[in-house]
Amino acid sequence: MRFERSHTRRAVALTAVGSLVLLVSACGGGDDGSSGSGSGSSGGALEGRGPITFATGKDTSGNLTNQVAAWNSQHPEEKVTVSELPESADQQRAQMIQNAQIKSDAFSVLNLDVVWTAEFAANRWVTQLPEDQFPDLGKLLPSTVDTAKYRDKLYAVPVTSDGGLLYYRKDLLDKAGVQPPKTWAEMKAACDKVKALPEAKSMSCYAGQYEKYEGLTVNFSEAVNGAGGVVVGDDGKPNVDTPEALEGLNFLVNGFKTGEIPKAAITYQEEPGRRAFQEGSLIFHRNWPYVYALASKTDGSSKIAGKFAVAPLPGLKGPGVSTLGGHNYAISEFAKNKATAADFIKFMSSEERQKANIEKTSQAPTWASLYEDATLNKQFPYLAPLKASIETAKSRPKVVKYGDVTTAIQEAAYGALSGTTPPKDALSQLQTKLSTLITQ
Amino acid sequence: MSTSAPVAERPAKPENNKPRRQTSFNEGTGRLAAMLLSPTLIVLVLVVVYPILSALRESLYQSGQRVDADGFIVQGSEFVGLDNFAAIFQGETADRFWNAFYNTTFFTVTCVVLETLLGVAMALVMHKAFKGRGIVRASILVPWAIPTVVSALLWKWIFQADGIANAILGTQVLWSTEGWQSVLSVIIADTWKTAPFIGLLVLAGLQTIPDEVYEAAKVDGANPWQTFTRITLPLVKPALLVAVLFRILDTLRIFDLPFVLVGPNKSSVETLSILAYLEANQTRYGPAAAYATLLFVYVALVAYMFVKVLGADVIGEARAKTPKNNKKSGGRRDNKLEPGAAAGAATGSVTAGGGGV
Repeated sequence: MRFERSHTRRAVALTAVGSLVLLVSACGGGDDGSSGSGSGSSGGALEGRGPITFATGKDTSGNLTNQVAAWNSQHPEEKVTVSELPESADQQRAQMIQNAQIKSDAFSVLNLDVVWTAEFAANRWVTQLPEDQFPDLGKLLPSTVDTAKYRDKLYAVPVTSDGGLLYYRKDLLDKAGVQPPKTWAEMKAACDKVKALPEAKSMSCYAGQYEKYEGLTVNFSEAVNGAGGVVVGDDGKPNVDTPEALEGLNFLVNGFKTGEIPKAAITYQEEPGRRAFQEGSLIFHRNWPYVYALASKTDGSSKIAGKFAVAPLPGLKGPGVSTLGGHNYAISEFAKNKATAADFIKFMSSEERQKANIEKTSQAPTWASLYEDATLNKQFPYLAPLKASIETAKSRPKVVKYGDVTTAIQEAAYGALSGTTPPKDALSQLQTKLSTLITQ
Repeated sequence: MSTSAPVAERPAKPENNKPRRQTSFNEGTGRLAAMLLSPTLIVLVLVVVYPILSALRESLYQSGQRVDADGFIVQGSEFVGLDNFAAIFQGETADRFWNAFYNTTFFTVTCVVLETLLGVAMALVMHKAFKGRGIVRASILVPWAIPTVVSALLWKWIFQADGIANAILGTQVLWSTEGWQSVLSVIIADTWKTAPFIGLLVLAGLQTIPDEVYEAAKVDGANPWQTFTRITLPLVKPALLVAVLFRILDTLRIFDLPFVLVGPNKSSVETLSILAYLEANQTRYGPAAAYATLLFVYVALVAYMFVKVLGADVIGEARAKTPKNNKKSGGRRDNKLEPGAAAGAATGSVTAGGGGV
């Protein structure tokens, strides 16, 4: 009995010690990983060659493997491993931030949404890039390069872009004998004419994305910019409590009031809006280029295949202003082999790679001359309006606390659109709020 | 339990042998028990106590909120005392906090009441012997088996502007907009998902009630309602209380349903967990930890009150009865264990809530 008990006790002690050792070693492992990279934060100098990791959101296009394979076959000593993050932008950002906060070198090249540049740069999570090492920058669309800068310094290289387009029912507009509109007033007039047609009676005129999320910030900014206003001025100061901004906001508010924008549009993100357009219940629809391929499908999922076309967004007195989307590639401050990382970014943003990418995925390139390519234009008829859209597009505010800024914008816009706040009050409240958030 | 003498008698039988064996065990068992428990305790300290303390510490600090002249964030965190807590109760943030507090409480009360009613009804149905009972049991449990986020997406799809709910109702309710409709959608989805949980636990309770009790009631001429209120409910109460306690603690932490189904920044359905998440998402970990701590205190308080008020009742009932029935064996401990177990479960859930957020 006595022997047995002490035996048991020893076993228990062993188990306890064993579990502790396991735990400690697990923690120790984490420490090793983070402290090892502490020395790599010299900044600026892009040195070191070897294998790197590319952290990017889930690749829904399926083409990223080809792009990376093209690099890997040419650079067997500097292989790139793709680290796929979740599909949701919020979670991508969260994982990249967590990684940066423990100074881990697990991610070398980061695929950043254009609105994250300021936050990542200000926190020194990404390395400042010497512009002379990226000679091709001049061949990219200038508006896209601008999104990669923070306080006039380059922190990333734009690889894909995105701009809003006006999708319209070409069949109905032709039948009613109207041209695609350049202004909001023309769009309204076109709607009235189209709605006089018997088959368009129950249709709504227009919709974008008005659910309370990033898409609302995009659509609100487009309305304000399209009327000649700004949310945040070029000097970096918020200036949204203006008559121009009010006219822009009123375009949306009145749209909801008169029913030109369907009531359900207050719940639209990209996908519900696209479905409504594909179901044939919208005459005009603001969305991103990705819709083109889906709405053209002839497998029965789209009722409007071959019946629609795209144009640049309309504005108050002339062509509208799109909000700029897209992704930039940056180098993590804590990465090893930064020279390889820089080369990889140059490779991915090169004309050849961007062309290969748009051919497969229809993602908007940043390389300006690709928009003039005759074969591409044949394959993607929206390229010309898209170039016009991106060239004049405005960035969303470049602020460190972008998350707070976009929340404030959504709050104000949503209140005005759902009719709980008068537009004028919404804008003046937004101005106050932004002034406290943006102190530069 | 006091109504049923036979119930109390049955477990009393084997106890006659018990005391003798116990004394022989006593020497050294305490130490052995401590040894055996130590791995568990170490793990608990690491995964429960440490996160709580660390969150408490975090709530007293702030970092990354200032930008220097060159546009870079000033590194390092600074001790700010209770500033993070004070900020929650000032100005606009206070309105938002109390709104979230109200929503959390409202969801908890409404959902738990509905779920209890439905869950008990489900358990009664599942307990009855009839053809196809297996299928009914399985189908009732399906919602519980679905992860909350998935069920939130499912309901989001149902509640879309062009979704099934509107098609069936023949209306154009915009469920995800601010107002009663979004609150209702969350309540419906939560009740749908978790009423089976209560049903499951109550069913387990029902199955421990011996048939003789019901036969006796029948002989005495009790009608179904009397049988339900005088026999079923009192006997199933311990199981039901644990189930309700679990649900209360769970619902106080409600996050995924409103966040996914309706969306963030919607004041109608914003809860305390969402506030903590949003702060953390903006890399303001100090204020986030402060919100999480407040939620932790709230959950702990509710759990304590619940166990104190309803759990004490259980003890009282058990004590009043035990001397009468089990005088010889010096009172059974089993009855006392129930509230204890409930309290233990409560702390477990609470800490999970505090640590998880």
